[in-house]
Amino acid sequence: METILFSLLNGVIYGLLLFMLSSGLTLIFSMMGILNFAHASFYMLGAYFAYSFTQVTSFWLALIFAPILVGLFGAAVERWGLRKVHANGHVAELLFTFGLAYLIDEVVKIIWGKNTVDYQIPHALDFPLFELFGAQYPAYRMFILVVAVAMLAVLWYLLKRTRIGLIIQASLTHPHMVGHLGHNVPRIFMAVFGAGCALAALAGVIGGNYLTTEPSMATFMGPVVFVVVVVGGLGSLEGAFIASLLIGLMQTFAISISASFGDIFGWAGLSPTSELGSITISSLAPMLPFLMLVLILMIRPNGLMGTREV
Amino acid sequence: MKRIMSAALAAMVLAVPAGQAMSETLKIAFIDPLSGPFGGTGDAGLRHWEHAANLVNADDGVNGNQVEIIGFDNKINPKESLIQLQKAIDQGVRYIAQGNGSSVASALIDAIDKHNKRNPGEEVLFLNYAAVDPVFTNDRCSFWHFRFDSDADMKMEAVTDWINNKPEIKKVYIIGQDYSFGKAVAAAAVKMIGEKRPDIEIVGNELHPLGKVKDFTPYIQKMISSEADAVITGNWGADMVLLVKAATSSGHDVPYLTYYAGGLGAAAAMGEGAVGRVLTVSEVNTNLDTPGAQDELIDGFEDKYTEISYYYQRVFNAMNMLDMAATKADSIDPTKVAMALEGMEYETPYGTVTMRADNHQILQSLYMSTFSKDVKRDVEKTGLGWVSGEGDKIEAADTAMETSCKMSRP
Amino acid sequence: MTDNISISPVNLAPTSAEKFRARIVPLLFMVAILLVIPLFSPSRTAYSLLAAIGINIVFALSYNMLLGRGGLLSFGHAVYFGLGGYAAMHAMRAVELGESGFWSGFPIFGLPIVGFAAGALAGAIIGWPSCRRSGTPFAMISLGVAELIAAAGFMFASVFGGEEGITGDRMNGPELFGLSMGPLSDIYIFIAVWTFIGTASMYAFTRTPLGKLSEATRDNPERVQFIGFSPVRIRYMVFIFAGAFAGMAGAMAAVNYEIFTPDALSLNPSGFVLLMAYIGGIRYFPGPIVGAIVLTLMQSMLSDFTEAWLLYLGVLFISIVTFAPSGLSGVMYGSYTAVRQEGLGGSLQKVKLKLPAFTLIFLGMLVLIETSVRKSNGHGEVFEFFGLSLPFTSPITWLLIAGPIIAGVALLWKAKTDDQGDQP
Repeated sequence: METILFSLLNGVIYGLLLFMLSSGLTLIFSMMGILNFAHASFYMLGAYFAYSFTQVTSFWLALIFAPILVGLFGAAVERWGLRKVHANGHVAELLFTFGLAYLIDEVVKIIWGKNTVDYQIPHALDFPLFELFGAQYPAYRMFILVVAVAMLAVLWYLLKRTRIGLIIQASLTHPHMVGHLGHNVPRIFMAVFGAGCALAALAGVIGGNYLTTEPSMATFMGPVVFVVVVVGGLGSLEGAFIASLLIGLMQTFAISISASFGDIFGWAGLSPTSELGSITISSLAPMLPFLMLVLILMIRPNGLMGTREV
Repeated sequence: MKRIMSAALAAMVLAVPAGQAMSETLKIAFIDPLSGPFGGTGDAGLRHWEHAANLVNADDGVNGNQVEIIGFDNKINPKESLIQLQKAIDQGVRYIAQGNGSSVASALIDAIDKHNKRNPGEEVLFLNYAAVDPVFTNDRCSFWHFRFDSDADMKMEAVTDWINNKPEIKKVYIIGQDYSFGKAVAAAAVKMIGEKRPDIEIVGNELHPLGKVKDFTPYIQKMISSEADAVITGNWGADMVLLVKAATSSGHDVPYLTYYAGGLGAAAAMGEGAVGRVLTVSEVNTNLDTPGAQDELIDGFEDKYTEISYYYQRVFNAMNMLDMAATKADSIDPTKVAMALEGMEYETPYGTVTMRADNHQILQSLYMSTFSKDVKRDVEKTGLGWVSGEGDKIEAADTAMETSCKMSRP
Repeated sequence: MTDNISISPVNLAPTSAEKFRARIVPLLFMVAILLVIPLFSPSRTAYSLLAAIGINIVFALSYNMLLGRGGLLSFGHAVYFGLGGYAAMHAMRAVELGESGFWSGFPIFGLPIVGFAAGALAGAIIGWPSCRRSGTPFAMISLGVAELIAAAGFMFASVFGGEEGITGDRMNGPELFGLSMGPLSDIYIFIAVWTFIGTASMYAFTRTPLGKLSEATRDNPERVQFIGFSPVRIRYMVFIFAGAFAGMAGAMAAVNYEIFTPDALSLNPSGFVLLMAYIGGIRYFPGPIVGAIVLTLMQSMLSDFTEAWLLYLGVLFISIVTFAPSGLSGVMYGSYTAVRQEGLGGSLQKVKLKLPAFTLIFLGMLVLIETSVRKSNGHGEVFEFFGLSLPFTSPITWLLIAGPIIAGVALLWKAKTDDQGDQP
């Protein structure tokens, strides 16, 4: 009971953080077909900008302005970088972002140094909210939950209830048709790319102090974001949401299972002391998303909720 | 196309002079990551070596020879390290310093062994300042390898000695990264606790993949449920910092006994929440009582390299012992220096250290240091630092372990 | 119907002289280079760099079988390199032990065959599920598989040797061609022979029906299906061959370095081979060779001069992707044809503005990067540029940064308006 409750709570928080990070990528990927390898780098930029903001102003201003700045930077990258490469096809675009990730990593190191920066949770939120079975539940986790849910609500409202949202939604599935209807598709692309980067940066502001803010945080976070987007399915924010939660929950639940292969397959003659038998389910937890990625792509290439093949 | 290739190759072949004669300076090649994710760690090590070399040079050098440290960037990749090793040998380097990554150390030990066997008269000596896999001074020991850091088992000896003096600890949880080092730490912990304190129950022995976990809270919950009184971890880098952060935010208030919480960048990342909770094992901390000269040395270092905190006392030990050995042998020939290094004793400001002759492992006293707010000398301008109190010191002789080393000498 | 039409096609097939010039001469040229190099009596540095280059040439070419020839973007090609290398490493240890009959008589020189077989086997197993998709799903599957196998590499110490990896000694077993395999010069011969075999056979592969079909599948899988071939099968077979040659490169690395560690399986080397192939140029067969040479030298030599070499690598890669998608070999080939068509003067006329413009921008950026890196380190070092010391705060430094960049951009702008003026 205790384990289940904890795993549920932790899984949801981790899942929401993943969702914040990957929602922007889902938008970009579904609309432009670009698998943005630099997406996690924008997440990192968000964290670093927030750190610099908190040095001079406050965390709350950082929460607003860091994503905006990163969003503008993202839009600029689209306008003067990606758009040039667009003519050479999706692989070239993907490789452009691949190179951009290298570049951002190095530039961050030059500007903010090679070591971890002292970006900490604001004091106003640094207290235990309640205690459960001996473990404190920090208020900041609840704050993450609130921000993520708020972001989801705003995003949902924008996409489903406004005219801009309608156009974006249409471009997600039928970009050519939207162009034929006279909308400025390149400008929509630029806006969506910028907005996607801003969302990643928001995740960076929130996650940078909850986890750590250091130059390799992008490489660290990178691959798992793709898993969310691909598993969730192309063009589907709902899919990304479900995939994030699924991955979050799956990982936390797997961690709480201490059984090893030897215990489970003992009937087949696998000794718990052998190399294979001694591997526990919990030690495999962080690899589960990648297993899921491979399986989903093989069985259901549309992803969980996607309407098109990736 | 092919023409370009041939031009490039020819240019390259001609540009590099074929083997230089030994010059008056004693060159030490520092082969460690100087770029990429671990560039910061490697750079800090390089600066310690350079500072130590400057001090020795100011004092008439190593047996009268000026020391030059040359940095080689190995990108923490074993294969790249071997290329850099060949480059270093070409530049007349006979001494190699390296520390980050047991994979690199393993490659270098093997390659230097083979090089020395295949090229008699051009021997190269390996000064290992931080790669702690016990195997390097046991089954895979080599005459050409000297380790100036205590190995993982010796550090665990120190950690378990510390636990031994704390009767209130009844349950211990072990967590580590799922690779050879994490497994070795876990195995050593289980064995030594079993010997010293059979009453202690190991309530968890967990491995997680290297560098893949973002949120450690589920692991912390498991520890809390298991009612552990102390946590032992060999984690380093992000895995260590994230573990501590998760523990802080869940209010898991038990001692975290770590190997690498003292490492570069960790203090800033862990933050104030880790104060009093995190302990680390190391050969020194900068708040120990020492003669004034040592304080001046540390000040000199931290004034020169403002971004780096003084960390590797062992680099200074290594440099001074190299000096003593060369003086004793009256030569800077690696074979003679190696012979002189065997069994050598050296007075550091923190006590005597001894280089064992049978397996080339240093014996030095170790300290358990606690992360603290109330410090004379902080690390990385955080206002936080490391302190030790009564009973936190483990004498050098107590860290000696049996060795399975069968060394073949030239 | 067809009976009535008399077919007299013009014979467009190349004459045998043309074939010889286009297909055999470059390979002979390669042999000549490989033979000439030892005459310069290279240093250890040169020998070890040459060995690394040879290994990377085979590796990058095998990668280009997927990306350039098959249109398959893979993020996990190092898996096959690594598995091939590990197989060779284990074989090398078996030779060292010399217990069983087969291995005790196996020459170390032949180990790349073992790597080839292991790579092919790994490709056959992993390729079966992944090759049913192409494009982004294929790339994502390769990423997932690479992550899984890299993690397994650290978990199974008996096979992969844990972090320290496994080591072996190449000076064992029967000697072939009188090579003891100990000294670097022997290893050079070993690497040269296998680099040539690898390059020649991968070139030959492009001439086979399968090689042609793989290019057809890249360009239009539907049409390939129409003419009666299964794109999935073709991709699968190409994948196996690419894995096999990567495994061969891995085995060459195993013999050269005598150690193999699990990080050889990880995403980093996979990304690096992608950079090599793409920077070199994926549309031309020799492209990856150029890329392998340039990037190996950058990796091993540039880091002596600047710690920001990764930044330069990133800039180079982005510039290639943005301005020259056909890679360095494309640039070389393009300028070669331009010079042939318009003469040296004419083609220089074309780039007379762009060449200095890019040089100026590069100069400005170089000063910017180098001074910033030193500032960021905080060790008080100062960038020396042609004897000129340039501290971060000095106005001269910023003049040297802004001046060339502004001048370069202005030149580019002029070149652009000139072009527009020429072709209204």
